Amino acid sequence: MDFSLTDEQRMLQDTVARLVREQYDFETRQKLAKSELGFSRDFWRQYAEMGLLGVPFSEAVGGFGGGGVELMLVMQEFGKGLVVEPYLATVVLGGGLVEALGSDAQKEDILGRVIAGELLLAFAHGEPDSRYSLSQVATKAERSGDGWKLTGQKAVVLNGAEADLLIVSARVSGNLTDTDGIGLFLVDPKAAGVKIRGCGTIDGLRVAEISLDGVQVGADAALGEPGKAYAAIERVTGRGILALCSEAVGAMEVVCNMTLEYLKTRKQFGQPIGKFQALQHRMVDMFMELEQARSMAILAASVVDSDDVAERERTLSAAKYIIGKGGRFVAEQGIQLHGGIGMTWEYAMPHFAKRLVMIDHQLGDVDFHLDRFSALMETAEAAA
Amino acid sequence: MDLNYTAEEQAFREEVRQFLREKLPPEIAAKVKAHKRLTKEEIVRWQKILNERGWFALHWPKEYGGTGWGPIKRHIFEEEMAAAGAPGIVPFGVSMVGPVIIKFGTEEQKKKYLPRILNQEDWWCQGYSEPGAGSDLASLKTRAVREGDYYIVNGQKTWTTLGQHANMMFCLVRTNPDAKPQEGISFLLIDMKTPGITVRPIITLDGEHEVNEVFLDNVKVPVENLVGEENKGWTCAKYLLTYERTGIAGVGMAKEGLRRLKEIASKQLKNGRPLIEDPGFRARIAAVEMELMALEVTNLRMVAAAQNGGVPGAESSMLKVRGTEIRQEITNLTRQALGPYALPYVPEARDAGYQGEPIGPEYANPLAAEYFNRRKISIYGGSNEIQKNIISKMILGL
Ligand SMILES: Cc1cc2nc3c(=O)[nH]c(=O)nc-3n(C[C@H](O)[C@H](O)[C@H](O)COP(=O)(O)OP(=O)(O)OC[C@H]3O[C@@H](n4cnc5c(N)ncnc54)[C@H](O)[C@@H]3O)c2cc1C
Repeated sequence: MDFSLTDEQRMLQDTVARLVREQYDFETRQKLAKSELGFSRDFWRQYAEMGLLGVPFSEAVGGFGGGGVELMLVMQEFGKGLVVEPYLATVVLGGGLVEALGSDAQKEDILGRVIAGELLLAFAHGEPDSRYSLSQVATKAERSGDGWKLTGQKAVVLNGAEADLLIVSARVSGNLTDTDGIGLFLVDPKAAGVKIRGCGTIDGLRVAEISLDGVQVGADAALGEPGKAYAAIERVTGRGILALCSEAVGAMEVVCNMTLEYLKTRKQFGQPIGKFQALQHRMVDMFMELEQARSMAILAASVVDSDDVAERERTLSAAKYIIGKGGRFVAEQGIQLHGGIGMTWEYAMPHFAKRLVMIDHQLGDVDFHLDRFSALMETAEAAA
Repeated sequence: MDLNYTAEEQAFREEVRQFLREKLPPEIAAKVKAHKRLTKEEIVRWQKILNERGWFALHWPKEYGGTGWGPIKRHIFEEEMAAAGAPGIVPFGVSMVGPVIIKFGTEEQKKKYLPRILNQEDWWCQGYSEPGAGSDLASLKTRAVREGDYYIVNGQKTWTTLGQHANMMFCLVRTNPDAKPQEGISFLLIDMKTPGITVRPIITLDGEHEVNEVFLDNVKVPVENLVGEENKGWTCAKYLLTYERTGIAGVGMAKEGLRRLKEIASKQLKNGRPLIEDPGFRARIAAVEMELMALEVTNLRMVAAAQNGGVPGAESSMLKVRGTEIRQEITNLTRQALGPYALPYVPEARDAGYQGEPIGPEYANPLAAEYFNRRKISIYGGSNEIQKNIISKMILGL
């Protein structure tokens, strides 16, 4: 057992940390979030030049060959800057699916352009009624000529309106919630029958509602064998969970540090408010949540690529639960301990707090993952 | 970064398991698992077995007869001990006064006391707390006055765990009443058979005799029993308190408790189905298991970080707070799992050789008492509130 980072990993961490520290200050972030596009193409190009867009991809497809730890390190630093570029949508989810299921030709074409920063992806999976279920897919894919015709609604698709290429899940067979029978299809957002309504989120990101009305795609649009995509969806979603958990750890660290600083400087009753024991203990509780969250991100990073599916998914659910719970605690107490300032738009801390709370609404919240862990939990007989 | 155990660590775990299979007396393990009372003789017998293997002084350097293990090995060992039902090592000699003597003691003190700790010749107890000095330990009043080659000690200690078994006590006494509270304290080793010492039981809320009051009335203690310098005892006391908190996360014990909880929740029924299948109760087990998963990693991270520096710092306060919260929640759920059968209690049933017919499931009897007993873990060794004060001051700088 060893918790130390390799030299390469430390370099990666330092590089991203420096970029966020030196270039991604809060004002810049806010400007980008408010801009027409919602993020910066310049930064995206810079990430490509730094090799960040290839971090999770194998060297065979031109990536950096990073595993869970590398992804964790990048996302933690992004979390400290509230980075708005579509790394999760394009690299982790979209790119992850292409790498998992794509043909050699698809991989070379799509991943090559993703790594170069020339192509943005979005994973259009959730639907208006599916909540956090990964297998509930009502969108239909029907045979049409030698290709497919897609019909259905996709909901709250991360960066769905900015993507150059959509990866759409659709059911080729089976019942509404069957894991079997789900296919993935590459869809041009400009294709006939695709309607996209983009929207900002409460925490400064972009999502889209997408409707597909008999959208015709060719046979070569299928990603992997149609109907057999579930295992890859689960595995790649697991990487998404790791990414969100790591981002949350970065954001929690910022909220904790800013709040601690505030307790030392804000004076009331003739002394720094950090002299009040009620607040000291709350601050200690916040840091303990941060350390527990950090541990769970590490644990998640260590299992995310495991082939022991039960162990992997159980651990990822535990991580998302612990971090969802701790993230909300840190967010709420961060606001509370700041008093009125904690309620203001101009101040940075509340935006980190908002992101922390909203991370719990992506890829499964605390209730969802508590249920899921509960179902996957080892019982006494199995453990004995 | 690699969270898998190395081949060497796995082999070590196997070695520990094999040792426990061969050497842990089954009747002692059975008693531990059933929460029966252990006698002093049983505890001493087991600790002798550990010492014969060289696995008793987990924290001591090798040159003094310790294991010289790093934190990962200690973690594995503690996990396997708990899982096998081995009695926990009584800390007062080996984990508390031992390290203080190694650090601050004279050569004579080391030669005299360390082997006796290893051989189980001495049973030590901790004389820190007093009726008026708990969390504010430095306010202690027990007085020691130098007269020739002796200190004459007068005062009262309390909450002295297993003092009824002890023949030695390490004791904080006031040698200079005029100095600042921390600067007038000395660290004395006291033979419990010295005239003037009276030990009286305190019965705790679970009905057990675990702690005591110790009265000291003109007790003559030879000056060579002073550890470190006169009036510098607070340094020893603080050093010891950090040792007291190592392994304080109690991950091994928590895991074993969780395993037992699941076993019991699988046997108890609700609406004709095992309680563990009830979504509400199952979710509460799940919640504490996830907290424990996080704590295990936090524990390993922090002890690994402290490994180079040796003694763990204020981070161990976090391990104590979280570890005790988790263990208390596990005992709470275990009690709740019993439903109405948490109520009946037959104290005699916890003694070996009890022949009576159990009331309700036979595992039920001690579990509510255990729940009440474990309320102590967030009070002693520096209460959880005090731990938060320490983190706030030492780590956060508030
Ligand atoms: C089962 C058991 C075994 C023990 N064994 C031993 C032993 O072997 N040897 C020994 O010397 N002692 C022993 N102790 C004593 C133990 O260390 C003390 O109980 C502990 O230090 C608390 O002191 P107190 O009981 O006087 O409580 P108090 O200090 O009076 O505390 C009462 C409450 O006030 C809180 N409090 C106190 N000060 C502060 C503060 N500054 N900020 C916020 N909250 C505060 C405490 O957390 C607690 O909740 C044992 C105690 C128990 C229960």
